[in-house]
Amino acid sequence: MFEIRCPYCGPRDEPEFKYGGQAHVAYPADPELLSDEEWARFLFVRDNSRGRYAERWNHAAGCRRWFNVIRDTGTHELVGSYRVGEQPEDAR
Amino acid sequence: MELDPNEHALHNAPFLWRTPEPKKSYEAIIVGGGLHGLATAYYLAKNHGMTDIAVVERGWLGNGNAVRNTTIIRSNYLWDESAAMYEHALKLWETLSDELDYDVMFSQRGVLNLAHNLHDVRESIRRVEANRLNGVDAEWLDADAVKEFCPIVDISPEARYPVMGATLQRRGGIARHDAVVFALGRAADALGVDLIQGCEVTGIDVVDGRVTGLQTSKGPIAAGKVGLVTAGRTSLLTAMAGFDLPIQSHPLQALVSEVYEQVLNCVVMSNAVHVYVSQAHKGELVMGAGIDAFNSYAQRGGLHVIEEQMSAGMELFPQFSRARVMRTWGGIVDVCPDASPIVGLTPVENLYVNCGWGTGGFKATPGSGWVMAHTIATGEPHELNRPFSMTRFETGELIDEHGAAAVAH
Repeated sequence: MFEIRCPYCGPRDEPEFKYGGQAHVAYPADPELLSDEEWARFLFVRDNSRGRYAERWNHAAGCRRWFNVIRDTGTHELVGSYRVGEQPEDAR
Repeated sequence: MELDPNEHALHNAPFLWRTPEPKKSYEAIIVGGGLHGLATAYYLAKNHGMTDIAVVERGWLGNGNAVRNTTIIRSNYLWDESAAMYEHALKLWETLSDELDYDVMFSQRGVLNLAHNLHDVRESIRRVEANRLNGVDAEWLDADAVKEFCPIVDISPEARYPVMGATLQRRGGIARHDAVVFALGRAADALGVDLIQGCEVTGIDVVDGRVTGLQTSKGPIAAGKVGLVTAGRTSLLTAMAGFDLPIQSHPLQALVSEVYEQVLNCVVMSNAVHVYVSQAHKGELVMGAGIDAFNSYAQRGGLHVIEEQMSAGMELFPQFSRARVMRTWGGIVDVCPDASPIVGLTPVENLYVNCGWGTGGFKATPGSGWVMAHTIATGEPHELNRPFSMTRFETGELIDEHGAAAVAH
């Protein structure tokens, strides 16, 4: 079980949170211009790398706000958390 | 007669397979010495006469999800494409021990999928009818018939999630996971397949859009064809070949109890309460449920997920409250957006993938190997895996087994 630092509430146990997958996936600026292949990539393909990974979590049993976490998918090391609108370098 | 201790059977037991060093090149190489990789190699040799082939495995044979599953075998999937694939596998399971001359302890003790509310009941009956239309054995049991078939299930109406009935696939059951590794490995080796352990792939050579070989921890190996059968680590390998797949890798945890006398005579699964339970031949209660939500390659997950499985198990079997956990484990499963596998061609010529089996790969082992072998040998998908191409995510022809496959994903 992880202890995840919510940027708003502080460190809490993992069961308080819901996972939201890869962070920083922007909605396409002009979705109608995308080919089927590009649209499929946006809908279905997410980074699945081993190592440091920027991901979204929601403090579902707390403040219910979304934020981002840098976590190592190989070791489960939690590097830090940061608010939506901030960048991975801001993680702490 | 003088006894030579070295003559003892345990000292001189024959090895099940050779431990060869890799040759400079092979007609085809399978990456991944798990169940699906071994089955692929076996059927390549047996069905297609390809014996200049190797399986390369970074650890040892069957050290990943082959030993991190709950050994449940069934084919009662809702959608036609899945039912055809898993039923083909189930038919192969029925003759596998004889064919491989090795007892994989396939026990067709029946699989119950419990219904706990009106929606469950309707979906279950729909699935039973769909299964029957596809030639898959399926029955609907009311609560009393459930109790008769599996006497220790709690069907009392006072239960928080009362059992209103269940589907039953009598031909479903469990097998002995280690034995399946041993049986397939031995059979593939006997047909001439080189099973190369401790051989990690570090690069995939692609020239003019066609695969030509592998870089490995045991040096470069040339290959006419390559099949990636690496489950949770598939994304790491396809990245080496320059493309990615709609796969996310998650931990899937399960547990066994200490050994008890046989009390549970079938497999019991429940979506609403979310646990699946069986009892191994040796006597351990085996339980599993859902994935840990986050991405991971670490083969472990949170204890609270195990706790949820156990509380669900308690809901169905209050008498297990004093059973003690002996061991928990986590495997890394490769989950597709539609909870169905990807078996087929890739953007790289002569490079094939067999992945995305997610939380339900064990049951598919022989069927998966069969169709993957066909795909590699002929360069074209088998009729059974044609729908499971990676292009389905562009065409929209998804095989959406989330919630439809008789288990919650």
